[in-house]
Amino acid sequence: MGMKMDIELIDKNGLRIDGRKPEELRPIKIEAGVLKRADGSAYVEWGKNKILAAVYGPREAHPRHLQKSNKAIVQVRYNMAPFSVGDRKRPGPDRRSVEISKITSEALEHVVMTELFPRSSIDVFIEVLQANAGTRCAGLTAASVALADAGIPMKDLVVGVASGKVDDVVVLDLGKEEDNYGQADVPMGYIPRTGEIVLLQMDGDMTQEELFKAMEMSMDAAKYIYGLQKEALRKRYEMIAREETEEIEGVQ
Amino acid sequence: MSGNKVVSEILRDYIYNSLEEGKRIDGRGYDEYRKVSIETNVIQSAEGSARVHIGNTDVLAGIKMTIGSPFPDTPNVGVMTTNAELIPMASPTFESGPPDAESIELSRVVDRGLREGHAVDMEKLCIKEGELVWIMFIDVHILDYDGNLFDAAALAAMAALASATVPASQFADQYPDYDLGEDFPMPINNYPIMSTFVKIKDVILVDPALDEETVADARLSVSTDPEGRVRAMQKGLNGGFSYAEIQDIVRKATEKGNELRDILMKSL
Amino acid sequence: MSEESIEVKRELVLPGDLIAEGDMRPGTGAYAQDGKIYAAQMGIKNISRNYVNVFPLKGHYMPKFGDKVIGIVEEMSANSWLVDINSPYPAPLHVNEVPWKVDFGDTGKYLKVGDVVLLKVAGIDEAKHVKVTMKEQGLRKLTGGSIMEISAYKVPRVIGKGGSMINILKEYTQCRIFVGQNGRIWIDGDVDGIALAMRAINMIDNNAHTIGLTDRVREFLEKESKEIGILSKEE
Repeated sequence: MGMKMDIELIDKNGLRIDGRKPEELRPIKIEAGVLKRADGSAYVEWGKNKILAAVYGPREAHPRHLQKSNKAIVQVRYNMAPFSVGDRKRPGPDRRSVEISKITSEALEHVVMTELFPRSSIDVFIEVLQANAGTRCAGLTAASVALADAGIPMKDLVVGVASGKVDDVVVLDLGKEEDNYGQADVPMGYIPRTGEIVLLQMDGDMTQEELFKAMEMSMDAAKYIYGLQKEALRKRYEMIAREETEEIEGVQ
Repeated sequence: MSGNKVVSEILRDYIYNSLEEGKRIDGRGYDEYRKVSIETNVIQSAEGSARVHIGNTDVLAGIKMTIGSPFPDTPNVGVMTTNAELIPMASPTFESGPPDAESIELSRVVDRGLREGHAVDMEKLCIKEGELVWIMFIDVHILDYDGNLFDAAALAAMAALASATVPASQFADQYPDYDLGEDFPMPINNYPIMSTFVKIKDVILVDPALDEETVADARLSVSTDPEGRVRAMQKGLNGGFSYAEIQDIVRKATEKGNELRDILMKSL
Repeated sequence: MSEESIEVKRELVLPGDLIAEGDMRPGTGAYAQDGKIYAAQMGIKNISRNYVNVFPLKGHYMPKFGDKVIGIVEEMSANSWLVDINSPYPAPLHVNEVPWKVDFGDTGKYLKVGDVVLLKVAGIDEAKHVKVTMKEQGLRKLTGGSIMEISAYKVPRVIGKGGSMINILKEYTQCRIFVGQNGRIWIDGDVDGIALAMRAINMIDNNAHTIGLTDRVREFLEKESKEIGILSKEE
């Protein structure tokens, strides 16, 4: 976490710098099926974050030595657009984005039924178009929707959400200033139905009790975000599903 | 563009056969663009931004600015860098990794059109001659690829520039010895617009869609300004053009440039 | 299949949705966990006897034994071709599986990269190695016309109830149309007819409208075919 500055992150009424309560999320908007070429896609606006996710596959894994004879591999590329941040980000992968890509891939592999597609690759591309703290969680949330949108068999959707500590208060979903000047950040990937935690990182300084409180806050919030993910997919496909049913009945 | 999947002979012949009867496969006229739309100021972290759709082709351009030293041979002008990325999100044929020749050509052609067209008054981006100038990065992100990236990228870059604000006040603390002044709009000097044509057999088409691009023999992109002056060109692919064809394309590019410029001006 | 065995409720389900409990078994697109059945894919819930299925709305074509597919030759070797069948798994077509006697190294004389072929899936193993054949009546190299790709899951819609949709398409466009199970469609006819057929098929693929798609497509074709002067046989 960043240096402690002379900046008041929690005011005397217990409200945060952007006016939120400690357990309050930033506004989140999710849309499914937003790109034409990709097999599946999703767009997430989360506070001031703007993130696109696209999925291609299952397709032939390249290079071939990456292929696994008994299952698909899930390859994730998390990338920040040069203009997504205050100081221009140099294009191309840096150590941070390689790490985020790896843990996101591991979180998604947990739900994707990779055993159905031996030797293939399911490729997930997360593009951060505008960044404002919490992009890995928003990216994971978007990627889950994009996978479902691509029709990829998967056990469930994964939700990404972070919590942390600022001015000695445990808070949900850190904003930019809180991320920069707060005391701890705990990004999580969570499946609300099964209670499985599939991504977890932490940096900063928290007591064990604070950590557990933060995680509980995230798990609670994840249920709401999970609802938004499913709503986005329903909105996109409900009408189509109605016609498809006609056809399925017709053909049988 | 980048290593497409194998094109079926049938599709190739179908495009040829349709053109023989004077028809494009999507029903457009030879001189007709797909639907073009421009949306500016879509990214708040950028100093200027624009999203451009040409048909299903979808690109996002963002401008970032910082302050630094001028090049020694041009001490009184700002610095402009253009970078276009064919990110793998946009097409099953784009791959991750360092920019390939396609990306680099695209970046350079977009750059040339803006630079030679004097889109930005670069002298107004000089803070103190020989010491300090504005450094501008134009980054173009390709989100969905359905042909004609040159025009989409050039148009997005131009629209992003025209909507940009130079963030002078942000840098005041960092450079107390200089007078940076208040934030000011990007000093736009001119609106060069690029228009791209391909040749398939002996037919010349504007704004190639992906399928047309994959069977095209030759390509020519022409950047023109509002007065119809030619500011940059790039010929691509391994086919050739006759002199008469080039003349024809250059004239049409001016006309098409005007059409696109109208759409651009309405979006600002 | 009889009317009663199909659940008529048109229910869109998403990965992780609980779709059945009790005395049911997971069919395609579903999985069981702790005695409950959940959707493993976005699609439409379907109950058939004591199986719960999810019929997918989207996804890549997965080869099945017996499917007729349209492939594009993407590589050649001395004794086989590699054919892109619009699935994650390209299919090797061995010289023994074509209707010609091909000498070693002579593959290029018969099929070249970019050629379009109508094949049958002759086998697929656990590791998804696909075997295809061209040695059956009707299977051949396709020439002329045009090809297009749609989602493999839309194939039943392009064909329609008892072939209703495909018959309308053929009638109004005066084209020969073959729909591969892999979502590739070959259309042969005159340029206007092909273009019209492709527009109509795109309309079906894009789900432009909700109910009564067959009627909408018919209306569209009726109007457009008159405009461009394609006469159907009846007229």
